[in-house]
Amino acid sequence: MISALILIPFVAGLVAFIPQPAGRRRLLLFGVGAVHAVLTACCWVQMPDAILGGWLALDALGLLFLSLTSALFLAAAIYSQGYLAEAGGQSYEDAEEGFLVDNAPEAVFIGCLFFFLGAMTLVTVSQHFGVLWVAIEATTLASAPLIYFHRHHRSLEATWKYLLICSVGIALALLGNFFISVAAIGPGQEQGRLTLTELVARGSRLQTPWLKAGFLLLLVGYGTKMGLAPMHTWLPDAHSESPSVISALLSGALLNCAFLGILRATQICQAAGLGTFSQDLLIVLGMVSLGVAAVFILGQTDFKRLLAYSSVEHMGLLAIGAGLGGAASFGAMFHAVNHSLAKAALFFVAGHLLLLYRTKSIADVKGVLRVAPVSGVLWLAGFFAITGMPPFGTFLSEFTILKAAFEQGRYAIAAACLLFLALIFIGMATAFLGMTQGPPGAGAPTPRRVAWTMLLPPAALAAFVLLLGLFVPGSLSQLLHDAAQAVGGL
Amino acid sequence: MFIDFILVLVLLTNLKLLGSSRLGACIRVAAIQGMLLGILPWWAHGHPAAFRVLGVTVGTVILKGVVFPWLLFRALREAEVSREVEPFVGYVPSLLFGLGGLATAFWLSTRLPLTSAVHSSLLVPAALFGIFAGLFLIISRKRAVNQVLGFLVLENGVFTFGAGVIGETSLLVEVGVLLDVFVAVFVMGIMIFHINREFDHIDTDRLSSLKD
Repeated sequence: MISALILIPFVAGLVAFIPQPAGRRRLLLFGVGAVHAVLTACCWVQMPDAILGGWLALDALGLLFLSLTSALFLAAAIYSQGYLAEAGGQSYEDAEEGFLVDNAPEAVFIGCLFFFLGAMTLVTVSQHFGVLWVAIEATTLASAPLIYFHRHHRSLEATWKYLLICSVGIALALLGNFFISVAAIGPGQEQGRLTLTELVARGSRLQTPWLKAGFLLLLVGYGTKMGLAPMHTWLPDAHSESPSVISALLSGALLNCAFLGILRATQICQAAGLGTFSQDLLIVLGMVSLGVAAVFILGQTDFKRLLAYSSVEHMGLLAIGAGLGGAASFGAMFHAVNHSLAKAALFFVAGHLLLLYRTKSIADVKGVLRVAPVSGVLWLAGFFAITGMPPFGTFLSEFTILKAAFEQGRYAIAAACLLFLALIFIGMATAFLGMTQGPPGAGAPTPRRVAWTMLLPPAALAAFVLLLGLFVPGSLSQLLHDAAQAVGGL
Repeated sequence: MFIDFILVLVLLTNLKLLGSSRLGACIRVAAIQGMLLGILPWWAHGHPAAFRVLGVTVGTVILKGVVFPWLLFRALREAEVSREVEPFVGYVPSLLFGLGGLATAFWLSTRLPLTSAVHSSLLVPAALFGIFAGLFLIISRKRAVNQVLGFLVLENGVFTFGAGVIGETSLLVEVGVLLDVFVAVFVMGIMIFHINREFDHIDTDRLSSLKD
């Protein structure tokens, strides 16, 4: 089962590079997305057996993030059908500066999407820190060509920054892995094995200084990939310049995978009795992320960058939730689900706006509700969802995290969070309401229909976030509890 | 003894990289460094004839000593830029930073004591200094090729630590790491080609249209 989950995308990736009609390749994209989703759903019924001597196995934490990845990939595969029909041709008019650019060949786009899916799947099932590292680095390499889909100077700059910053971060994470390996070398023992179960079992016998240094390096390394400030600098550029469907996957699935890497490291710290050390660091980075996001969201002029900074904000919230522990860990897991779905929906709608208005400037987009009513409604729904308004699921998860902070008596953290969230709400409200309300204005495009394949995914995702705010299915709630328990929560 | 000799050479190649003004020379020095590191695991562990160790050694030497320099030289040739390094920070300050970094590396290595027997007391400082030098090269040099070199030096530093202290982790992970680094350099090489085609230069300080 696990091997199928990993191998299918990689094999499909190779197949996609074989010359063939565009239609067949797009069908393959949808087919693999659907099969992957079905296999993942089967894992909910019965946890698959571990393979490779326990190196690859699914636990609650892995299954949670695997499900998110798989669901978002399926949504992206459906969305891509419409997107590639609109913008998949060889030349494409740049939305911002009006020049004609060549797109990357569709074979590269779809092939790399498959490799990206395979690498992310490998991240979620890795129980071995070495394999986890290899997989996370592979996600960077597979997604770089995707960010460089529209071949112009801005996307090139974004891709270069992404590649370099993330590769350096991940090289530091490799050193972190080696440090943890040293920590595991006991007296009279030659070899430290790097599987999660073994490290957790060794617990307090791990050498503290090496483990601390190792955790720090892993946090910085994977934190770079997760977009925690101040290592987030690649994130707004990459998210704003890549095609919207890729932004959705980067924000909804990839950032979570990096978060999983950090969570794995905290699991060891907790087993070794260094729980507070790792949690305090997570809270500090989380607060910095929230603050940075608030500053850059206020007065942001580009709506895709706005969404990107909102991802920095929510990654900060996840880090704070995991850092607070207890009920907040549950909140963080729940929030990861809500954020992924809501943010992916928003990026999908941002793709509609980009196609209709041919600009990313917030000021130039007016009257979306009149130009494209469905997209407008979805854009507004996404706004309410991402800012944590009831009755969306994000409200519940943010509330859980904040409530836990108050209950633990950490009033300063809770108050600062509330302040930043309020600032972010103001910044986002100004942008979103200005874009949707009012008359379309002089330079507005003529109203036209967006392909149903591009409407369905964001609508379904937004509906799901709404549903999660009203009712959490029992199996999901159980999984969230198990996942939170794995990282030392309730 | 022999390991000490290799590690001193690695330290010297890092200093040379910090002070060198020619791109071609930098690529060659990094290649030598890669080959030196390739033979490190061979000597660091008792049984040099083991098939697995031999395989990883040969793979590393070919990749770091031949393939990477070839890729970088190709990128350089395509780009037809002047062969100057064009640093933000001059060569003498770079070397001074190098000396400071070296001292820090030695100091840090005393703070992180290894309990298991390590084959050379120079291992940890050499690894840390490689990491510092790599990070510094990435920040302080303009050319995209130089930044890739910096990344390679950084990775070499991490590799020094892994090869010397941990020894053989497992074949799967080692091959995975090598493969990742290879693809990373490969993709970066392609990107340099595109940067040059798009802008007619490979100076990363002029990649500055995206900001807030």
